[in-house]
Amino acid sequence: MQQNNSSKHSSGDMRIGMALAADRVMTGVFYLVAGFFLVLLFAFAGYIIIKGFAGAKLYMFAFAKGGIGNQFFNTVYLVFLALLISVPIGILSGVYMAEYAKPGRVTHFLRIAIETLSSLPSIVVGLFGYLVFIVLTHAQWNLFSGALAVSILSLPLISTTTEDALRSLPESYKKGSLGMGATLRQTIVTVLLPAAAPRIITGVILAAGRGFGEAAALLYTAGMSTDINWTVWNIASPTCALNPFRPGETLSLAIWGARTEALSADSAEIANLSSAVLMIMVLTFSILAHTLEGRIKKKMGDTK
Amino acid sequence: MKHADNTVRKWDEYMIQDAINIIDSQLAHSAETNRSQSEEDTGIYNKSENVIKIPKFSVNDLNLHYGSFHALKDISINVDKNSITALIGPSGCGKSTFLKTLNRMNDLETGVAIDGSVRLDGTDVYKDMNAIALRQRVGMVFQQPNPFPKSVYDNVAYGPRIRGIKKRSELNEIVERCLTEVGIWSEIKDRLFKSALGLSGGQQQRLCIARTLAVAPEVILMDEPTSALDPISTMKIEDLAMKLKEKYTIVIVTHNMQQANRISDKTAFFLLGEIIEYDTTNNIFLNPKNKKTEEYISGRFG
Repeated sequence: MQQNNSSKHSSGDMRIGMALAADRVMTGVFYLVAGFFLVLLFAFAGYIIIKGFAGAKLYMFAFAKGGIGNQFFNTVYLVFLALLISVPIGILSGVYMAEYAKPGRVTHFLRIAIETLSSLPSIVVGLFGYLVFIVLTHAQWNLFSGALAVSILSLPLISTTTEDALRSLPESYKKGSLGMGATLRQTIVTVLLPAAAPRIITGVILAAGRGFGEAAALLYTAGMSTDINWTVWNIASPTCALNPFRPGETLSLAIWGARTEALSADSAEIANLSSAVLMIMVLTFSILAHTLEGRIKKKMGDTK
Repeated sequence: MKHADNTVRKWDEYMIQDAINIIDSQLAHSAETNRSQSEEDTGIYNKSENVIKIPKFSVNDLNLHYGSFHALKDISINVDKNSITALIGPSGCGKSTFLKTLNRMNDLETGVAIDGSVRLDGTDVYKDMNAIALRQRVGMVFQQPNPFPKSVYDNVAYGPRIRGIKKRSELNEIVERCLTEVGIWSEIKDRLFKSALGLSGGQQQRLCIARTLAVAPEVILMDEPTSALDPISTMKIEDLAMKLKEKYTIVIVTHNMQQANRISDKTAFFLLGEIIEYDTTNNIFLNPKNKKTEEYISGRFG
């Protein structure tokens, strides 16, 4: 009896020992994988940034021909225009999907449509944009068409983040508000959307990050040239920086152009510097998204 | 907000009184004192019975189905004005479902079919009233404290704001009045503009009651309002409920039979979707007429 007990005891000890060993091994594996991604990101970003700035000359930063300043401005302006279009529509559609859509065939179809839209190859969107925004309207390449094409890509992203953010809120917020005699619209506008704001803002910033890097969708919409005269502030002028109906080459297009056409001797350096600037922009936005989310959450007292 | 000092002093007195009340009610709990306490309750009840004739709610032959499940069966009950009505019974007996029919919160669920009538001051709430107007008159406090992720101030001002009150001075007055009414003004007046999620559970629940009071309802429905709280916070909520019944009609669902006994004027015992017995709380707890009620309150099942 006693012997039996002790043997049971030791087999139990062995089992626990095995479990602990397995636990240590798996913990190690997870650290390794996490470390691998960290190293990959640092090596990748570091290489691009260092190489980009190492070959840079001062004139390359100019907001004129030969420099990439105008391309930098075009990138920011185009993403701004794209967000102006896709944020309101994306949030409204996310609210509709989360709060109003009744389960059924129409909703199911809409969901498939949104999912398909989000996995659309950007070159297809670019060609679609070329056909609809350029050919059909008899326009030249322009920033606005580029912004529309980028919105097509960012819309599903913003819509699904909004929907997910609203769905992940505790049901008690909605019940509390409706239980006081608020309408569903009042509840959404004054309770649910503010509560979901941190996640929606993150989604928007990540969508913006995607917009920065977009090239294929812009090839045939925003165009591959840029001509800004920084002394002209008449918005109707084709050389005014703020005119959305002028061609506007972005940084990613500049990289593509410089590496494929190589019209000047310093093309490689220009492409490297553009990559470095783009990399910094995307990193900044990513970090911004997370700090902003944390800030707002902290302000709302949500420590989750 | 200028009368803050005054309020503090008043509140200190209240807090001492509060502490005494808590000790008292704990003492009153023992078997001997229970009887004399009950007699006193009956006295109060009889006194008010002369005044109160018209029921706040009158429910007739209410049946509710969740799909094919018959959740409420032929419920007929009158809820008295300015009283506390407790709904007790084992889990799944339909008491919370019934509570939700009173302000149509079950409209939010799908597959609910209702027939029979629920009348508030004689008006059928399902046929002749819209849910929004009804819920402004019949507020609700939930099992889990559910303040919005906003500041304390914005939580209380929420109801008035959605009803169109924008003037700061008016809102200030409402916020102070409601927080004072639930007894947490002095505790949290220095952190009105900080997130309500940072308050303790008991404070959050009282804030939620204040938020409900801010829309000046006539009835407050409480769905197990203390089941997530510690004993001290529970006592505070109970004392608050007793105080609030002077101005409001309260219907409370509770799993805690001592709670029903302590605070309610009338008690309805639910079982499997039916009201087995509905009577004054004293009768239910001292001379239940139905065998099942007796078994339940003496803890033999449920």
